[in-house]
Amino acid sequence: MRLYALAVYLFLYIPIGVIALFSFNAGRHAAQFSGFSLQWYGKTLANPFVVNAVKTSFTVAVTSALLATLFGTLAAVALQGVRGRLRLFYDALVYVAVMVPGIVIGIATLIALVTVFDTLNPLLATLFGPENPIQLGLGKGSLIAAHGLFTMALVIIIVRARLQGMDRSLLEASADLGAPPMRSFVQITLPQIAPAVLAGFLLAFTFSFDDFIIAFFVAGSETTLPIYVFSSIRRGVTPEINVIGTLVLAASLLSLITAQVVMRRRSH
Amino acid sequence: MRPSLRTTLFLAPATAWLIAMLVLPLVVVVVFSFGERGAAGGYVPAFTFDNYFNLGARWAAFRNTLTLAPLGTVLCLLIAYPLAYFLAQKADPRWRTALLILVIVPFWTSILIRSYAWIQILGGNGLPRLIGELGFDRPRFINTPFAVMVGIVYGYLPLMVFPIYVALEKLDRRLLEASSDLGSPPWRTFLQVTLPLSLAGVATGSMLVFILLMGEFLIPQLLGGGKVFFVGNALVDLFLQSRNWPFGAAMAATLVLVMLVTVSLYLRSLRRLSGGRDDVALM
Repeated sequence: MRLYALAVYLFLYIPIGVIALFSFNAGRHAAQFSGFSLQWYGKTLANPFVVNAVKTSFTVAVTSALLATLFGTLAAVALQGVRGRLRLFYDALVYVAVMVPGIVIGIATLIALVTVFDTLNPLLATLFGPENPIQLGLGKGSLIAAHGLFTMALVIIIVRARLQGMDRSLLEASADLGAPPMRSFVQITLPQIAPAVLAGFLLAFTFSFDDFIIAFFVAGSETTLPIYVFSSIRRGVTPEINVIGTLVLAASLLSLITAQVVMRRRSH
Repeated sequence: MRPSLRTTLFLAPATAWLIAMLVLPLVVVVVFSFGERGAAGGYVPAFTFDNYFNLGARWAAFRNTLTLAPLGTVLCLLIAYPLAYFLAQKADPRWRTALLILVIVPFWTSILIRSYAWIQILGGNGLPRLIGELGFDRPRFINTPFAVMVGIVYGYLPLMVFPIYVALEKLDRRLLEASSDLGSPPWRTFLQVTLPLSLAGVATGSMLVFILLMGEFLIPQLLGGGKVFFVGNALVDLFLQSRNWPFGAAMAATLVLVMLVTVSLYLRSLRRLSGGRDDVALM
């Protein structure tokens, strides 16, 4: 049993080890380790394409996660007071948003947006004249809208689960003591659902930062980090990808440890 | 019951988003799937079932998806179950959390990077070269169904381990003791007590992995090299290369339909297996 577990852990970590090891490779060839060097780190971090891709991914991930968390939390709270057919409608929508494969969401968003833009753009051109036409197109906006849709559904599910496990007697006590509903919400509900909201935000951010398939369809001319990595894998094996992989893993480990430390401190 | 003003205001942004970015696009897919392809690609309005009748031309993609997705799910299950069992029942409790976290850490690099790791390991200069230097014939791993399977198991294992672990962790140890006190050999206790009681976790994990695999694109693309292709690969080709949107839309709609049918069949058979009990809570 122990041996089996060990074997599975080896299976899980050998590829990660290969990525980390070869990111320090001195040679150009990805397959042969020819000495320790940081040169690929320097080259990768100085590559303007990589820097821009990270910036785009970060902007899209932060914006879409903030919007998804805000609107998703509001919706989850509101859905508590919704029953019957309307509730069923929302449950179905959230379920569909999570169930439908990312690739189908990507395709659907692509053809819907392109169709809408193709209809609106000539209109805009006639409205504002040909000199300064405001033209709609795929880009950061469509990325944020498409990522936010999926992650908002995740936030709704997570926050709702927390709300259902909440102690209602506190809310009743607050109302009995004369607090208006908004005040009860801010002082009682919000602190109780805060961990779920935070978890939702982090999940939303991670999803957006990692997503390739939806972005592949709706990014237009923008390049997110996963799109950049995908196209450089297609061009051939390069140590640069090992560097990016190692850095992303290190960054997520670091943020997890920070989050743990902060949470510990707060609970003391 | 009429929802209050606050409820309406709170729901408004989410509703608008869901309708604009989910309902509308999915409706467009269905509408397009009955349309015709324009001369330069794109879409021309029409009402025809031709796209659906022609799906046979891409039959191989459906066949691959419908064989490799269940196979990948089963492989994940077979590898994940013993590990989850070890973590929940055998591992030292002091190390349990750390061991669990170790299962997810590889999950934090994107599937792209993880597949790239396997390209390096299974590619010509990786394992095959090593085997060649040992004096054997160099085998070919990359761009085979085997490589795709390795990628799938590597990519989705944590998703299978966690639900099973949760189910096994909740298991009442007294039931296991009772079974062995009554003279059951361990394998029998496993088959009659442990396995049935962890079925909920098995179901959740399998569903998760299966659903994600049905729409998979990256792993077959990177490790199958276009030779082992899923519906997802055909869809990317239809939308971004050959720009046959109506046909692609029909294919996407069919994929969702096939998914819904297989998932509901799976759930039904599972319910029958568990003797119609309600405690097999699904997701």
